[in-house]
Order: sequence, then C-alpha cells, then structure tokens
Amino acid sequence: MKTNYFTATTLSQNDVSSNLSSRLVTYVAVMLLGVSILAVAGHAQTPTLHGAAHDTRHATGFPCH
Amino acid sequence: MFMRLFTSAIFAGALAGLVGGILQLGFVQPVLLMAELYETGQLVHFGAEPEAISISYAGIDLTRDLWSLAFSILIYCGYGLMLVALIGIASEQSLISSRPGLRHGIVWGVAGFVALHLAPSFGLAPEVPGVASADLEARQIWWFATTLATSVALWLFAFARTRLMIALGVILLLAPHIIGAPTVSQFRGPVPPEIASIFASRVLGVGLMAWVVLGATASYIFSRFSPSH
Repeated sequence: MKTNYFTATTLSQNDVSSNLSSRLVTYVAVMLLGVSILAVAGHAQTPTLHGAAHDTRHATGFPCH
Repeated sequence: MFMRLFTSAIFAGALAGLVGGILQLGFVQPVLLMAELYETGQLVHFGAEPEAISISYAGIDLTRDLWSLAFSILIYCGYGLMLVALIGIASEQSLISSRPGLRHGIVWGVAGFVALHLAPSFGLAPEVPGVASADLEARQIWWFATTLATSVALWLFAFARTRLMIALGVILLLAPHIIGAPTVSQFRGPVPPEIASIFASRVLGVGLMAWVVLGATASYIFSRFSPSH
C-alpha cells in the first residue's frame, strides 16, 4: 500500500485525499457498471434484447412493454 | 479494492441469478405462459369455450429458458455491483464493520429487494404479459426514480444521525407513491385477474429469495478479502 512508504509525519494531506478520491472513483465506477448492466439487460428496448430478456424482465417486475 | 468489489459482486450475482432464474422457470414461467395464451387470443376469458383452470408445469423450451437464465444472472450481477459498492462505502466510512459477513448480508439483500422490487411494485405491480399498462417510457422513469428514492431513504434510515435526515428519508420513501405511478386509461387486459395476481405475488417471492442469496453471498465474499484488496 502507498502509505507504507511514508511515516506519519511525511504523509501529507494531499496523499490522504488523493487516496480517498481514488477509492471514491472506484466505488462510483462499480456502481455505474451495475446500473449500466441493469439498464441494458433490464430496460433497453432494442427488439433482439427485448425478445431474449422478455420472460426475465416480466419475472423481475420491470416495465417491459 | 476493485477486485474485492468486483469478485464479490460477480460471484454473488451469478449464484443469485441462477437461484432466481431456476425459481422463475419453476414457479413464474408456467403462469407467464398461460397468460400468453390469453394475450394471443388462444384462450378467451369469459369466452364461449371452457377455459383451462389449472396452472401446470409447462415443460422446457431450451433456447427461451437459457436466455431467461442468462439474463437473470446478468441482472443480478448488475444488482450485485450496485450492492457491493454501497457495502464498500458503508464499510469505508465505518458505518458498518469492514467484514460485515453473511448475516448482515441478508439484511442488505432484503433492503435491496425492498428498494428495487417491492417499492416499485407498490405502484407498478409486476406485469404478466397481456395486462393493460401505461406508456412504457413513463413507467421506466417512475421505476428508476422510485428505486433511487427508496434506496436513499433506506440508507438514511440505517445510517443517518439526525431527525431531519430521517424525516427526509420518510419523504423520499413516500413521495413516489404520493405522486403516483403512471396509470392505465382503461382496464382492458385480456388476462384473468387470478392469473395476474398469482404472477405478481410469485415474482415478489422469487425476487426476495434471490436478493437474500445475493446479499448474503456478496457480503460473505466481501468479508473474506482483506480490506486493502
């Protein structure tokens, strides 16, 4: 881990906040990936997708058609 | 950290999607297929011909059922990614343990079910094919807005420390239902109400079971990783 290379006194506020913000970016990215899968698999209305996902969309309670 | 989140979500999503998909094929699909007979006019409610009166196991349609399983897994992987992101944030902020474990995962799963299945179903009952329904786009917007508002409300109930934030949670929980889901202009669906109602309740039952599997498994795998991963 990055913090292993710093002593408590040399670890600046910038390092802490950049570490925090990169973690935040990861959480947001994972969340957006999940939402995108949900939008495509569960809600997008192209005919092929709709046909293949039809039964599962109904059986999951999504608005289907 | 990404691997910790991603692995937990995908393994749990695959398992929950498989469990949910199999339950769907066993309990929901026969009802759906029967409804389609009414949707396509092969059976007519109150028609001249006598109607079938039992919902039985309809057999396997391999291509169709495999697509259903695949999409069930895909959808629960999507749910899983959203869920572990929230578990990760709660863990990072010390709102919960850094290793929440299987039992707490069940609570996360039930919360996910309430936010993504139960709350939208309160306004838009799970639709069997052939029921009358309002404009699709309006329903999708209401669905997404309701799931978002309910998710934020449940987060506030679990973690907010001030009464003001709890009150905000109550408002977010109720607002979609006070505003109201898009409604049909007339009741003209050809499917008998007996079929539509058993469909809706089975969809919710299967959803709850799959979400419990998702929450428990995701949280369990998440807890097996060391937090620095």
